[in-house]
Amino acid sequence: MTRSLILGGLLSAIFTVAALLSFIWTPYGYEALNIPARLQAPSMTHLLGTDHFGRDILSLIMVGARTSIVVALVAVGIGMILGIPLGLWAAARRGTLVDEVIMRGNDLVFAFPSLVIAILITAVFGAGAVNAIIAIGIFNIPVFARITRGAALSLWEREFILAARVSGKSSLRISVEHILPNITNLLIVQSTIQFSLGILAEAALSYVGLGAQPPTPSWGRMLADAQTMVSIAPHMALMPGFAIILTVLGLNLLGDGLRDHLDPRLRVARS
Amino acid sequence: MLRYTLKRLLSLVISLAIASLVIFTVIEIAPGDPASFMLGMNAQPETLAALRSELGLDQSKVERYFAWVGGMLTGDFGTSYTYRTPVADMVAQRMWVSLPLALYALTLSTLIAFPAGIYAAARRGRAGDVGVMGATQLGVAIPNFWFAMMLVLLFAINLRWFSAGGFVGWDEGLLAGLHSLTLPAIALALPQAAILARVMRSSLLDILGEDFMRTARAKGLSARQALWRHGLRNAMIPVLTIIGLQFAFLLAGGIIIEQVFYLPGLGRLIFQSISARDLIVVESVTMLLVFAVIFVNFCVDLAYAAVDPRLRGRT
Repeated sequence: MTRSLILGGLLSAIFTVAALLSFIWTPYGYEALNIPARLQAPSMTHLLGTDHFGRDILSLIMVGARTSIVVALVAVGIGMILGIPLGLWAAARRGTLVDEVIMRGNDLVFAFPSLVIAILITAVFGAGAVNAIIAIGIFNIPVFARITRGAALSLWEREFILAARVSGKSSLRISVEHILPNITNLLIVQSTIQFSLGILAEAALSYVGLGAQPPTPSWGRMLADAQTMVSIAPHMALMPGFAIILTVLGLNLLGDGLRDHLDPRLRVARS
Repeated sequence: MLRYTLKRLLSLVISLAIASLVIFTVIEIAPGDPASFMLGMNAQPETLAALRSELGLDQSKVERYFAWVGGMLTGDFGTSYTYRTPVADMVAQRMWVSLPLALYALTLSTLIAFPAGIYAAARRGRAGDVGVMGATQLGVAIPNFWFAMMLVLLFAINLRWFSAGGFVGWDEGLLAGLHSLTLPAIALALPQAAILARVMRSSLLDILGEDFMRTARAKGLSARQALWRHGLRNAMIPVLTIIGLQFAFLLAGGIIIEQVFYLPGLGRLIFQSISARDLIVVESVTMLLVFAVIFVNFCVDLAYAAVDPRLRGRT
């Protein structure tokens, strides 16, 4: 167990627990307006202070964690569900037209400036968490397709795959039964990285008003609210910012730690 | 090299064609008719029909697609629905903010990342390396728009060294213009510098293990001399690729930072057009940004192949 695995795991766990806990308990109701108590600095009654409507920032961050985690998780899910089969398929049909079409399609999606397209999608189809998920998810597909294909290609050269082919297994069965289990570690590591990028992307979209809509709290929107208040109530901007940084940092450290823990050979691949 | 260039060029054209189709389709299926949006609820049917024909909305989708693409190729990006001015003029004006901002941020990012990456590689495994690597971990975790707000809080509100937003314009002089772009450029550069420093470090570490580096040491160069004379030059190839990609990213990524600082660049133009449902502007500016990114990638590929002939065989 490396230090980054422990620290990263701990940070990720704290935010997951906070998000789950928010379903049954938050220090204050996150929708409860309390104008007389607005813009209070952190204190014993409000650990992280209150916002311009007097809402408790800790409670908002806990519920906001839910939004961030759900959006990023589903977006990574979309990337994995569509990207991994595409990558496996391309590797199984390596060198053919199928492979070429899949990989060129990947290159094309990669070439798009993801943020611009995400803004276009949410702007045209309406702002909201679901459209944000789709916009972020689309750009996860080529990431998983490419990494799956790359790892699967080298496995296809190995003796145990040859043995499976000799025994008469179809390339679909070989992909599912032999290739996939052998690249799981790699995919887990990549998914933590994509998860952290998803959290950043969700925050950026919410910040410009294209993510989760009111009254659903989200970290990005909290920051947008804080912008005009930053001179009189800096804690309104500081606290959600720290939440994002610690979560993303935690996930990145977790990814690094898992990579070293699961497969030391991968250290060279990403440094 | 010619064969490789042609192949890349073909793939550039195909990418752009598909990208334009995607953007056009997304805008086409957007709900709402721009003409009725412009004229409001109580518009007379005849006025509406006249405006629709003026905007070309009465033509078929295929005709409009080709009119749009053909126009873009000749520098005619259409006419804004709300301002009734050519989109090309609006873009040209905004470009003078977005492009210098991206270049400024790229310069800062390179100036920070190179020394940091070289220092970390030279001090591999020691406290200096751990410190730099820790800082880069933090650098990639910080959302740049939040960092921008913190810069405003510290340097604009508390210290009053910079203004909190807006752009004075280049008419006020080069220094005044750069001054008002400084905070946005720093905010934009930070995560890029963190990534670049990591690439620089790992690229240098790969090189340091090469035989020619051992030869350089064996012929009597000190570790520092070998690093500067032989290591850096060879480590630059992957680094330059990343710099090229980052420029494209900075141009597109600036749109959020422009929101924070109320800069009149392409990003703000997109957001203003979205809220005004000025879809022709959204369409053309998006296409332009996509073109910039795809074209820079294309140039990087070519430059890479020119430097490293081994790559030409691959696609």
